Amino acid sequence: MEKIPILRMGEFLLVTIQVDMHDRLAMALQDDLTNRISETGAHGVLIDISSLEIVDSFIGRMLGNIAAMSRVLDAETVVVGMRPAVAITLVELGMSLTGVRTALNVDAGMDLLRASLNGSRETLYGSRFN
Amino acid sequence: MATTLNQKATGLGAILTHRKQDILSQWLREMAGITRRTDLMSDSEAQTQCRTFLDALAQTTVSAGLNVQSSGYDGVRKTLSDISRSRALQGFTPTETATFVFSLKRPVFAAIREELANDPAAMSAELWNTTELLDNLGLYTTEMYLKSREEVIRRQQEEMLELSTPVVKLWDGIVALPLIGTLDSARTQVVMESLLDSIVKTNSRVAIIDITGVPTVDTVVAQHLLKTVTAARLMGADCIISGVRPQIAQTIVHLGINLLDVTTKATLSDAFGLALRKAGITFVKLQNKKAKPAPEQQDEE
Repeated sequence: MEKIPILRMGEFLLVTIQVDMHDRLAMALQDDLTNRISETGAHGVLIDISSLEIVDSFIGRMLGNIAAMSRVLDAETVVVGMRPAVAITLVELGMSLTGVRTALNVDAGMDLLRASLNGSRETLYGSRFN
Repeated sequence: MATTLNQKATGLGAILTHRKQDILSQWLREMAGITRRTDLMSDSEAQTQCRTFLDALAQTTVSAGLNVQSSGYDGVRKTLSDISRSRALQGFTPTETATFVFSLKRPVFAAIREELANDPAAMSAELWNTTELLDNLGLYTTEMYLKSREEVIRRQQEEMLELSTPVVKLWDGIVALPLIGTLDSARTQVVMESLLDSIVKTNSRVAIIDITGVPTVDTVVAQHLLKTVTAARLMGADCIISGVRPQIAQTIVHLGINLLDVTTKATLSDAFGLALRKAGITFVKLQNKKAKPAPEQQDEE
């Protein structure tokens, strides 16, 4: 069975979806990713869906779920590189993915994660340790 | 019965072939009298058209009989549709275009009358056949004329749709979409797609939708705008709606449309200022050496 690779980049995890998602694959990814977050203690997850051409409501919901689960495990999720057609489809399906942060490409997503991580660290250390 | 019909058809064909020169010259004179538009078409061009059509018709009536719908008439129909298309584009009226065929009646009738002078029964039958044939061809001409006109209209509509959705790049990473005219579903689809495409192409983080040129905003239009904003957000770009006129602001509130999640600005310049701030760009006005450079005024949050 094919598997979606999860790469570790510093304190972030990078997931690039290169194949068309089907439901079993999506469930497996959800499983793998949550395991990897708790193993590595990553604070950020980048999901690159720039090669994803077909989405349905299940995949849309799965993206939302992954973001919510990661947040529980203390990792920010950023979905990057969504294609216009995919965005239109999701909107037409009524899924605006409100809890999910988005960025144009992996670079921009990485910046976003770093910024939010720095911000939260500052407030964390600022309020508790100083 | 079939054989007699065929014979008569051949009769018309034979007459057309035999008297072609006569008919042609008389036809040209005829047209000069009623519908020659020297301002739109030169004499030689009209002559060529007449000759081509008459040749094709004479040949076809000999070979394919009188049934205009049959495949034997494909050549004649092709010639006619070419003629009516060119005339539609040149600015002839439908009447003038149809008269091209109808004016052929008099010369052909004259020829038939002379050829079949001693056989009144055959003459009247042939006249009837000719009338029917030319009427059908005339109607076909009008139909083709309208069709080519409709093609022009359809093409112009498509061009207008393309023209009406230009996405302009204002700055590195900032695109704007000035909307003009009423938004319907078909147009919104085009608008949405071209905006999202250009976000990808220009790698823009901020997109401004300017609705100064949109006359009214109702719930449908607002729905479309919200969809576009959401789709842009999904792709990782921020959307600002600008150019909201007081009247439209009132309408939106009265209709109970929730635009709270969307950043709105009164003018495009306000939106552009916000976009620049989001991108971390500030402008400084250059002044004389004595004066200190003034920081950009902050009116947002």
